[in-house]
Amino acid sequence: MFKVYQRIDHIAGNVVHVKASGVTYRELAQIESRRGESLAQVIRLQGEEAALQVFAGARGFATDARTRFLGHPMQVPFSEALLGRTFTGSARPRDRGPLPSGQLTMIGGPSVNPAKRIIPRNMVRTGIPMIDVFNTLVESQKLPIFARAGEPYNPLLARIALQAEVDVIILGGMGLKHDDYLFFRDTLEESGALARSVLYIHTAADPVVECLLVPDICLAVAEQFALQNRRVLVLLTDMTNFADALKEIAVTMEQVPSTRGYPGDLYSQLAARYEKAVDFDSAGSITILAATTMPGDDVTHPVPDNTGYITEGQFYLRNGRIEPFGSLSRLKQMVNGKTREDHRGIMNGMIQLFAAYRETLEKQSMGFRMSAWDNKLLRYGARFEKEMMDLSVNIPLEAALDLGWRILADCFEPAETGIPGRLLDKFWPRKM
Amino acid sequence: MSTTGRIVGVNGNMITAAFEGAVGQNEVAYAHIGELRLMSEVVRIRGRYADLQVFEDTTGLAVGNPVTFTGELLSVELGPGLLGQVFDGLQNPLPQLAAQCGFFLQRGVYLPALSREKVWEFTPRVKTGDRVTAGDTLGVVPEGIFEHAIMVPFRFHGSHTVVDIAPAGTRRLEDVVARLRDEAGTERDVTMVQRWPVKIPVELFVERLRPAEPLVTKVRIIDTLFPVARGGTYCIPGPFGAGKTVLQQITSRHAEVDIVIIAACGERAGEVVETLREFPHLTDPRTGRTLMERTTIICNTSSMPVAAREASVYTAVTLAEYYRQMGLHVLLLADSTSRWAQALRETSGRLEEIPGEEAFPAYLESVIAGFYERAGLVRLRDGRLGSITIGGTVSPAGGNFDEPVTQSTLKVVGAFHGLSRARSDARRYPAIDPLDSWSKYPSVVDPADLALARDILHRGAEVGQMMKVVGEEGTSLDDFVVHLKAEYLDATYLQQDAYDAVDGATSSERQKAVFAFLARILRAPLRFADKDAARSFFQRLSQATRDWNRMEMKSDSFRDQEAKIQALITEAGGHV
Ligand SMILES: Nc1ncnc2c1ncn2[C@@H]1O[C@H](COP(=O)(O)OP(=O)(O)O)[C@@H](O)[C@H]1O
Ligand SMILES: [Mg+2]
Repeated sequence: MFKVYQRIDHIAGNVVHVKASGVTYRELAQIESRRGESLAQVIRLQGEEAALQVFAGARGFATDARTRFLGHPMQVPFSEALLGRTFTGSARPRDRGPLPSGQLTMIGGPSVNPAKRIIPRNMVRTGIPMIDVFNTLVESQKLPIFARAGEPYNPLLARIALQAEVDVIILGGMGLKHDDYLFFRDTLEESGALARSVLYIHTAADPVVECLLVPDICLAVAEQFALQNRRVLVLLTDMTNFADALKEIAVTMEQVPSTRGYPGDLYSQLAARYEKAVDFDSAGSITILAATTMPGDDVTHPVPDNTGYITEGQFYLRNGRIEPFGSLSRLKQMVNGKTREDHRGIMNGMIQLFAAYRETLEKQSMGFRMSAWDNKLLRYGARFEKEMMDLSVNIPLEAALDLGWRILADCFEPAETGIPGRLLDKFWPRKM
Repeated sequence: MSTTGRIVGVNGNMITAAFEGAVGQNEVAYAHIGELRLMSEVVRIRGRYADLQVFEDTTGLAVGNPVTFTGELLSVELGPGLLGQVFDGLQNPLPQLAAQCGFFLQRGVYLPALSREKVWEFTPRVKTGDRVTAGDTLGVVPEGIFEHAIMVPFRFHGSHTVVDIAPAGTRRLEDVVARLRDEAGTERDVTMVQRWPVKIPVELFVERLRPAEPLVTKVRIIDTLFPVARGGTYCIPGPFGAGKTVLQQITSRHAEVDIVIIAACGERAGEVVETLREFPHLTDPRTGRTLMERTTIICNTSSMPVAAREASVYTAVTLAEYYRQMGLHVLLLADSTSRWAQALRETSGRLEEIPGEEAFPAYLESVIAGFYERAGLVRLRDGRLGSITIGGTVSPAGGNFDEPVTQSTLKVVGAFHGLSRARSDARRYPAIDPLDSWSKYPSVVDPADLALARDILHRGAEVGQMMKVVGEEGTSLDDFVVHLKAEYLDATYLQQDAYDAVDGATSSERQKAVFAFLARILRAPLRFADKDAARSFFQRLSQATRDWNRMEMKSDSFRDQEAKIQALITEAGGHV
């Protein structure tokens, strides 16, 4: 029923041009070449010519490839039967299961009316003091993990996912190493969480451009679950691969790059995805945790930089630990006033002292004499790193706060901590 | 008859249409998909072709689809009922959109900004035969705590005679309240609502005055060190997470102005939700009414259409000009102007214009200057003063201020509140850098004390730098004490706990008193046996002073704490 075009006029990178009529912007097409089939999407219309990005890549395409326009933008089927399943980056089964059926949902749909959002109010407990105490994670938050390639960001994502009390977990892999995919799958399976998870996995072996679909598919499915009152956690790893795929298309389309070759709309593109995180007025929620690897460990690189301006904070993973500086949960104050009354006092006091400790370390490395105060800070810093920062520590928030007081009392006089007197009076541990 | 055309190209939110007839730059047009009409604005005309930026998602548009041109520039509605509202960048009321469309924004749905049904208690202020010009008050209606002026429409040229004026009584927005005759004898009806094109400044005042009176924000480091003035402009550049938005949120609550207009431009929706959900429940201490009654929110957050982002700051400033014309003091907070600049960049890129630095268009600087120029303190025809103060955040790529948006903004504003990553990392909030920031406006505290404080801050920082080279042992006790004094001033005065009910907002009266007190401490000659003793003394002094900050002024505990601090100073041989 749809028109088929027998000729491709122009091939550059993973973009092809076809002379066609009646084509609509962002419409999907199926292209059949000698090499096989691929989905493609209209990304520009000019007169009689449509430019399409080819998700499976245009390598090996010939001008006689057949293009069949499908008359609609990308859609994914949605139903409860998705739970427990694994798909590719373009939503085909990866697990030898049946083709999914269900109500078709458009991906990349409109954004939520801000008037229908509510203020996030539920803490997500992780058992990790660097998160629970210092940068509390909140339901409906969008938060990336900034890390150099090689840091254990995927295990951290998996750990938070398993610890968090959520109804549905959706994992979107972009350029995921096959081992990492298996790690996620096995971890979810062993803990019994696979049955409430859906996986959309684009691996490093798949065509690069195909990963562009992953965040939109995951979030469209997440939205459907959230509208049915579920608390959904979406894990996206690695968003830098997504941004690089955007860059590739932009370069092919000869767009004027802004910084380091990335398109000028990188910010809007990323925001369109991250802003899908939401706590609905009278329905469920979507929380997004994403890995963003930093090329060259450089946070000013356009991908982490734009991401930081969009997300509600970030966790810096460095040397296998969550760094207190730079790490930030912007939503923490929505919940940390209601946990325990000393939460904020401990959070601010301990971090300011840790900042002083880092300065002392610097002085020490320059060979300066350590004052009595410096020595206190050194003792404190060592304990903080070992008992709070180490990712193997797994204790509830309240235990972590108690531990904080103990460390402070072992190292300092009350007035040295900068913590409000009211809290010192109440919580400062009595000396034995 | 209006001009029509056909789409010949679609590139993201930019479409090209071939047209017959006349088309104007910045004119509004609609692109059609079946029943759906998508609003757009003409951004370039070349021969028979017009390039239009579409204020909506363009999915589904096809070559050949019709385009209708309206002949009207992008405009907003001005009238009673703007306050307390939440609009998108094109002035669609978001709560009403939600009532009609549900959870998601639906493209192509446009609703009137102001209610047609609501009744207002109208009182005339002119009589038949009076002579009036654009912007003069014809009558008033109460809008919350304000007397909202119904004015001669801003687009009316020249002098007019009042032919007829409605008597006191209830009126709806579109009821005729006056009939005016211009010099040529043409008579026109005036209702309580008028339209004005957002990109054209409203300049119906007698003169612009130099901003000289402080606009008190109750943020100490601002009012004392880097003040803002009524009718002035300022910017807050800073890397992500340094505290730009929180600073604006605090200001929107506590600033001593009549009206606050918040332009949430291209950043997080969640941040607007906080304001939107909380303001109706927070009382404004100045009026005893809710904060929402003095606030209007223009909300075009990052996932909303990019082209409307650019419109949103103009919509906001036009509403500000409307209220200024009533003799009110308006504060416009834009977060973030960089997103609007990026929207310009996206449009410019799609038009394939020659890019300037970092691919921003070459005209970026003049566009930014033009926007801030719409701020100002003005004298109206009836002698009253009105003002618009504009504070914009800037989100520089990589946190580096040496980029086009920050630099263009710094050239035109009157105060610069530069946020520093080092300070926010150390949780020294608000993270305004006390050494780099500046202001051209007058402070609320005594100038001599201020000069002393600045001197101590500078010298303290120098000593700090020096200590990094020569260590504490290579620093004299006197220098070390200067360093401790600077740190003390920082910890107890510049830093402020936004989430503490008392510390979060410091009145100018309290700032004057406390700053004078701290200045005496800074001047006091203190004696210490050694550096450890000095450090330990200042730790206790800081602790006591920070606790003091959390006490209600004029309470007993406040006075007791003050005595305690005095006793500490005496102990160190000083006297305050
Ligand atoms: N004045 C402040 N007091 C306490 N915390 C603050 C303050 N300003 C910022 N913060 C913390 O920093 C986070 C980021 O601030 P925000 O204003 O959103 O940064 P930006 O807009 O510069 O990206 C906040 O969520 C809060 O946790
Ligand atoms: Mg912000």
